[in-house]
Amino acid sequence: MSEHIAPLKIYFFVFVALMVLTLLTWRISYIDLGQWNTVVALLIAVCKASLVAAFFMHLRWSASVMRLVLFAAIFWLSILISLTIGDIFSRHVLPQPQSWHAAAAITNPSATAQGR
Amino acid sequence: MHNSQAVVAEQFDDRVQQHEAASLGMWIFLATEIMFFGGLFTGYTVYRNLYTTAFETGSHLLNARIGALNTAILIASSLTMALAVHSAQTGKRAKLIFFIISTMCLGAAFLLIKFFFEWTHDYAEGFVPGLHFTYAGPHASHVALFMCFYFIMTGVHALHMVAGEGVLTVLLIMAWRGRFNQERYNAIEMMGLYWHFVDIVWIFLFPLLYLLGARF
Amino acid sequence: MSSQEIAIEPKLNYLNCDYSIKSWLLTTDHKRIAWLYMMAITFFFTVGGIAATLMRLNLLEPQGLLVEPETYNKLFSIHGIIMVFFFLVPSIPAVMGNFLLPMMLGARDVAFPKLNLLSWYIFMTGGSLVLYTVIAGGVDTGWTFYTPLSTLYLNTHVMAAAGGVFIAGFSSILTGLNFVVTIHKMRAPGLTWFRLPLFVWAMYAASIIFIIGTPVIAISLFLIVVERIFHVGIFDPSLGGDPILFQHLFWFYSHPAVYVMILPSMGVISELITAFSRKRIFGYHFVAFSSVAIAAIGFLVWGHHMFISGQSVYAGLVFSALSMAVAIPSAVKVFNWTATLYKGSISYEAPMLYALGFIGLFTIGGLTGLYLATTGLDQHVHDTYFVIAHFHYIMVGGAVMGYLGGIHYWWPKMTGRLYPDGWARVAAIIVFVGFNLTFFPQFILGYLGMPRRYAVYPPEFHTLNVISTAGASILGLGYVIPLIYLAWSLRYGPIAGPNPWKATGLEWTTSSPPPTHNFEETPIVTEEPYRYDRLAEEIHVA
Repeated sequence: MSEHIAPLKIYFFVFVALMVLTLLTWRISYIDLGQWNTVVALLIAVCKASLVAAFFMHLRWSASVMRLVLFAAIFWLSILISLTIGDIFSRHVLPQPQSWHAAAAITNPSATAQGR
Repeated sequence: MHNSQAVVAEQFDDRVQQHEAASLGMWIFLATEIMFFGGLFTGYTVYRNLYTTAFETGSHLLNARIGALNTAILIASSLTMALAVHSAQTGKRAKLIFFIISTMCLGAAFLLIKFFFEWTHDYAEGFVPGLHFTYAGPHASHVALFMCFYFIMTGVHALHMVAGEGVLTVLLIMAWRGRFNQERYNAIEMMGLYWHFVDIVWIFLFPLLYLLGARF
Repeated sequence: MSSQEIAIEPKLNYLNCDYSIKSWLLTTDHKRIAWLYMMAITFFFTVGGIAATLMRLNLLEPQGLLVEPETYNKLFSIHGIIMVFFFLVPSIPAVMGNFLLPMMLGARDVAFPKLNLLSWYIFMTGGSLVLYTVIAGGVDTGWTFYTPLSTLYLNTHVMAAAGGVFIAGFSSILTGLNFVVTIHKMRAPGLTWFRLPLFVWAMYAASIIFIIGTPVIAISLFLIVVERIFHVGIFDPSLGGDPILFQHLFWFYSHPAVYVMILPSMGVISELITAFSRKRIFGYHFVAFSSVAIAAIGFLVWGHHMFISGQSVYAGLVFSALSMAVAIPSAVKVFNWTATLYKGSISYEAPMLYALGFIGLFTIGGLTGLYLATTGLDQHVHDTYFVIAHFHYIMVGGAVMGYLGGIHYWWPKMTGRLYPDGWARVAAIIVFVGFNLTFFPQFILGYLGMPRRYAVYPPEFHTLNVISTAGASILGLGYVIPLIYLAWSLRYGPIAGPNPWKATGLEWTTSSPPPTHNFEETPIVTEEPYRYDRLAEEIHVA
């Protein structure tokens, strides 16, 4: 039989860990860590998700192809998010080059008054 | 009782192949669900970064305590689901039935709290874009956008839980009729994978929706 | 096989085991499900083709010959939606993939046969909803459903169309899931990954795209429906929404979708080139890995559809560079097929004509894709007929030719009958000529500036449009002829026997048509595919 039967103890330990982490993430949100609040919250979420995946979902004892499937989905989702965010946040990065302003000023002085 | 021939479907050679195929199939389905929710997380990430203050304001309108309670309930339901799978693997019919029912009750509690406590409250307060949105603070339309994502993401999540409850009902009936034993429990295990996945989605939804911007 | 055999297959096979309608509509046999899909997509191709016919007829005159602009908008929208989602995406995977995959693996069926049948019903449900859209008055968003046009400004049946595509998406997802599990878990003894036919590698790569990409378009269409019902502002700029977010979500699937449409076709071509040049594929590993590479890199390039939408210049830069990269594995395949042909013993039956046509037309389509990936050039040709010509070279000159070649190659296996090859070659040539006459002028039209999705055009484009429409009528004829002789062959065609092409591959070792469980005994595989060198020795000995 290749199907693994996990010892019950593991389930209870994981359950307790998940509850503790939930409590932790909730209470930390009441402390001012500035930018780091989000990072900490996401890190705790990743820990909890990993515990559920590894032990409740038996990934720890499953064939490696299952892990490959999970990581593939995570990988491509991160591509979707990062390239989309990359677009959103690079839309107004650089102003127009200085030389364009200079050239415009020579050819059409009144237009540059409206320039950015 | 069924003879061992019926345990293995005719396209498979043996139980091991059948079990591995079922597991791989369910994991692939969960991968598609990751991408499905992922699209929503993408939209959320975009607007969260564009309208950070409005999103924090919106998040404060939600009840983090209730959200935390719901998270705990869902984690408990994952435990009972894992115990249900264990019961099926060890051939304990009574325990299997007990743990399926427990999972269903905890899931129902989650849904009841969400629909009849949170959402009704949100509607009364005028936080529901498109239906009843009366928030008049600064950046109201961006706060509305937050609320959009809140309702869509938790709504799609809740839909998945309702579907899960439906399948659990079917499995409960099958378990009651003695259809599962130590040789034949794939369905329970696959349902377990699905249920845990729905839990994982909530594990991410909770901090991203309820815990934005510290409350100090 | 004696030519004097009576035209009755004596053995029980998957076709004659049960003739009832119920046995077809409730079948879980992958081969019958393949036929169900084939009937369905042939029907949808006809509907999409009628839309195209009306469009090309309208474009015979600069001021529009046939329809009002609003109607024209509906025509190109329905043409796109049906051809993309209800013909091209399912065509080779759902028809040939379903029929052949288990056989090429030496398996009795796919991993989840009932799920396979469910996929077909889901597909038909989605298709019915889209047909309802047509009957109820149409949709005019284009197959791309761009916001905020689709969410704020249109009163046509956007939700029904989006819903139909949403539902059909689940059919793809489940098919992809089924194929991946089947390939991983149900290979015959001795069939290692590098002994798989390249068609299987192509199916695997396409399935990855089904699994990872389709859910994202599902959620983007879902958001359109939510926005239309609740007017919430997700894509509405006046409420803070970003319409380009929709485009990101849409194209994240829809670009890999075009690889879904071409990869299976490339898999077919690998089978045809080897069979009809009686030679091993040149560079098996390169071709296999390039399929997976196309699938993987294909997910990194979607922004090349959005160069002028308002996407950032830097994103455009990144997507442009990555788009150049994705051309490389495609080129690798073309080189390998050509090298396979070199010093091969080539014969020109109809499947080979389609395959050779594919190589040439796909190369043109692929190269013009590089022009479009260049941001500077794309500024000028985006949304012109240049784009239309580019993707029709790939989709019609590539994918459809691969589909037709595959149908002709495996028809004897599926039906046990041979079709008249003379007529088939004539049809293939008519398709090739008609296709080029239709779409080559469109490269020129686009380059000269004729916009796409316009019902009218300036008079200077008249001649080229007339040539294009004339070509389309020839192309249409080329598509009708096979319908006739293939149907004819079902009753009057000579018996095919198990391996009329003397090809390698597990599917040719069983009878034509195969028994329901494919093989009398599970085959054991001991060698690489395409061992035509060994086959030649055996024939000489025999």
